[in-house]
Amino acid sequence: MAELLSVRDLRIEATAYPPGEAPRRVTLVDGVSFDLAKGRVLGLIGESGAGKSTIGLATLAYGRGGARIVGGKALLNGQDILALGTAGVRALRGAKVCYVAQSAAAAFNPAHRLGTQVIEAAVRHRLMTPEAAAARARKLFAVLGLPDPETFGQRYPHQVSGGQLQRAMTAMALCPNPELIVFDEPTTALDVTTQIEVLAAIKHAIEETGVAALYITHDLAVIAQIADDIMVLRHGRTVETGTARQIIEAPHEEYTRALVNVRGTVTEEATDQTGALLRVESVTAGYGDRPVLRDVSLHLPKGQTLAVVGESGSGKSTLARVITGLLPPTTGRVLFDGAALPPALRSRDREALRRIQMIYQIADTAMNPRQTVRDIVGRPLTFYFGLRGAKKTERVRQLLDQIEMADRFIDRFPAELSGGQKQRVAIARALAAEPELILCDEPTSALDPLVAEGILKLLLRLQEETAVSYLFITHDLSIVRAIADSVAVMYQGRIVRFGPKSQVLSPPFDAYTDLLLKSVPEMEVGWLERVLSGRRMESAGN
Amino acid sequence: MRLREIPVSAWIGLFGLALALFAAALGPWVAPFGETEVVGDVWAPPGGDFPLGTDNLGRDLLSRLIYGARTTIFVALAATILSFTLGMVLSFVAAVTGGFLDQLLSRVNDLMMAIPTLIFALVVLAVLPQNLWILVLVMAVLDSTRVFRLGRAVALDVAVMDFVEAARLRGEGTGWIIFREILPNTLAPLLAEFGLRFVFAILFLSTLSFLGLGIQPPAADWGGMVKDNKDGILFGISAALVPGAAIAILAICVNLIVDWLLKRAASLRGGRGDG
Repeated sequence: MAELLSVRDLRIEATAYPPGEAPRRVTLVDGVSFDLAKGRVLGLIGESGAGKSTIGLATLAYGRGGARIVGGKALLNGQDILALGTAGVRALRGAKVCYVAQSAAAAFNPAHRLGTQVIEAAVRHRLMTPEAAAARARKLFAVLGLPDPETFGQRYPHQVSGGQLQRAMTAMALCPNPELIVFDEPTTALDVTTQIEVLAAIKHAIEETGVAALYITHDLAVIAQIADDIMVLRHGRTVETGTARQIIEAPHEEYTRALVNVRGTVTEEATDQTGALLRVESVTAGYGDRPVLRDVSLHLPKGQTLAVVGESGSGKSTLARVITGLLPPTTGRVLFDGAALPPALRSRDREALRRIQMIYQIADTAMNPRQTVRDIVGRPLTFYFGLRGAKKTERVRQLLDQIEMADRFIDRFPAELSGGQKQRVAIARALAAEPELILCDEPTSALDPLVAEGILKLLLRLQEETAVSYLFITHDLSIVRAIADSVAVMYQGRIVRFGPKSQVLSPPFDAYTDLLLKSVPEMEVGWLERVLSGRRMESAGN
Repeated sequence: MRLREIPVSAWIGLFGLALALFAAALGPWVAPFGETEVVGDVWAPPGGDFPLGTDNLGRDLLSRLIYGARTTIFVALAATILSFTLGMVLSFVAAVTGGFLDQLLSRVNDLMMAIPTLIFALVVLAVLPQNLWILVLVMAVLDSTRVFRLGRAVALDVAVMDFVEAARLRGEGTGWIIFREILPNTLAPLLAEFGLRFVFAILFLSTLSFLGLGIQPPAADWGGMVKDNKDGILFGISAALVPGAAIAILAICVNLIVDWLLKRAASLRGGRGDG
């Protein structure tokens, strides 16, 4: 089979500026080679820093943020695109090779209509007349399953949903009729129920147009649905390459096996779920006149974990704001340990604040970048317990030990920690207050799968040791299976399902929970087709 | 911090500033002549007893420059520090508290900014008694509106971050949130603004003196000296350029130092993203 793209021994470097040290060169991609035939899809998978996006961009002869392509070849139809001059690169990008970015919301210009932006590359490259390009765009909108393909292009980016925007971006990439498309985590920022639609649309469009694609993601279950071949990357090197089926079903390497099995953990739920450390009683809350939470009731027994599941906008983070007192409810109340909590943060005393702590989704912004680990973890100790000096340091060391971090991290700034370490420090800060309840707002969703698994294990261990309760906000059902005792499913501000995990996750389901459960990609080739044909059968049956 | 890490540009700035401060501090001892002493011909050229020449009344320019440094730098620095204290405290309180107080402070600030600064200053200074402290106060209050604008903008950026929310949830007071959580993360832009504002204050003071409402003669100040000697330019006398150059050089020196401090603040361990 003729190779469309053939990358040989690609080496990419950048200059790192480590704080307080001399700049040094780091290798981002080290001797990566692969081939991609016409009409095939190659999945690139790896954790952050594995070099997958860098490789993707290199096929557009582009190095982002100072990345330099220092060696190797990338042959597109036999021509080395890395050796092209400015004019050659300009003729390549947006015409022969197109790019679909992770955040479509940030990639579209909000001041122009979608249609204009979708056909821009094709018209600019003089590949088509504006009329022909617009006609092609309409056809692509239809292929991608966008509503009203005839008039969709007249809308502005803010008038369509996130999933539709991502599909519009795919249409933009497909419009100039390129030979290769680079998808850079196109579904990562989407809700699982939206992700499946976009995934299906992208897959359909690839089949329909016969374009070759590089599909970059950190989620093996997603890539298994769309790629013909998969290349696993780590630290800029190839771990293993194989067909999708081989990688998923019979991985050769230890690292790949770990990735495949990452979602395997399942814990038994607690049998007695009658008591309640936290009880939310028919809470309605919102901003202005529009309620975000409507009549929400749930409870969480001591030492257990309640998972709150739902897509973005379902009100799960607002629920956390109500419990912490940042957003007083309009009606209803929150009981903690049998007593009603004052609705507003201001009216709560220090002791009440100490007993409820919070862990945020993005550890980077949750910690003051100008404070060291010692200050970050030590402040609650001083604030709640009056610890100072050597006693405080001693306790900070203990806490670091508890979160499995070495003493030497104590004087580091957050910027000098990895993503997983930052989240561990954030956990230590919460623990420092010796709370009875920790609200976890998607603490693992910004982390790589293996790192996230480490954090979950840590949280479970801490729960065993300290009998702390977790209210765990997530959109990931595999996390729910891994840690929850009880589950609350939220949809449009209401609790649609609440109870012990075994009960919530077993049939009969309500419509939304059913959709949610069926939208979570499984580590299996052909899962997408199975789910989609199931849905078609259902709609045919109705 | 090692001395070797200070770049050349910063050394130049530090040297210039040190020289100005030295002149300001030890004026009476280092100046060859008195501040108001008439010692020679009108507009004598540089050379001989008068390294920079004499001014429109025959006073030694170098001596007046040295005495002028004292008033100019003192008034400008005092006004800048005062305007920063005022502007930053108010803006941070506005940003952290939000709601009605924020609206009140911001709208009063808008009101102040709506009036042209120079005209406002002229009116106020013409009405109030001629006094150094009143001058400093008027300059500080007028300048603090700009500081308020910037301070509120940068503080708002930081105030919505999760770590500030975490501090609120911990039960920290407004003081801690302002000084420990927000201030360290807004230092870089504020530092840059400080350098700029200081220079503007010198220029503003010089403008006021030039218009006759700043430092009152016969006391020397750089802006007033430009005014005194401006007529000489018509006759090819460069005496007015000497204090003008002093203002320009001090402005450049201060900005060289601020640039360096800014780079240091940005590259400090734990800088926001760019560290």
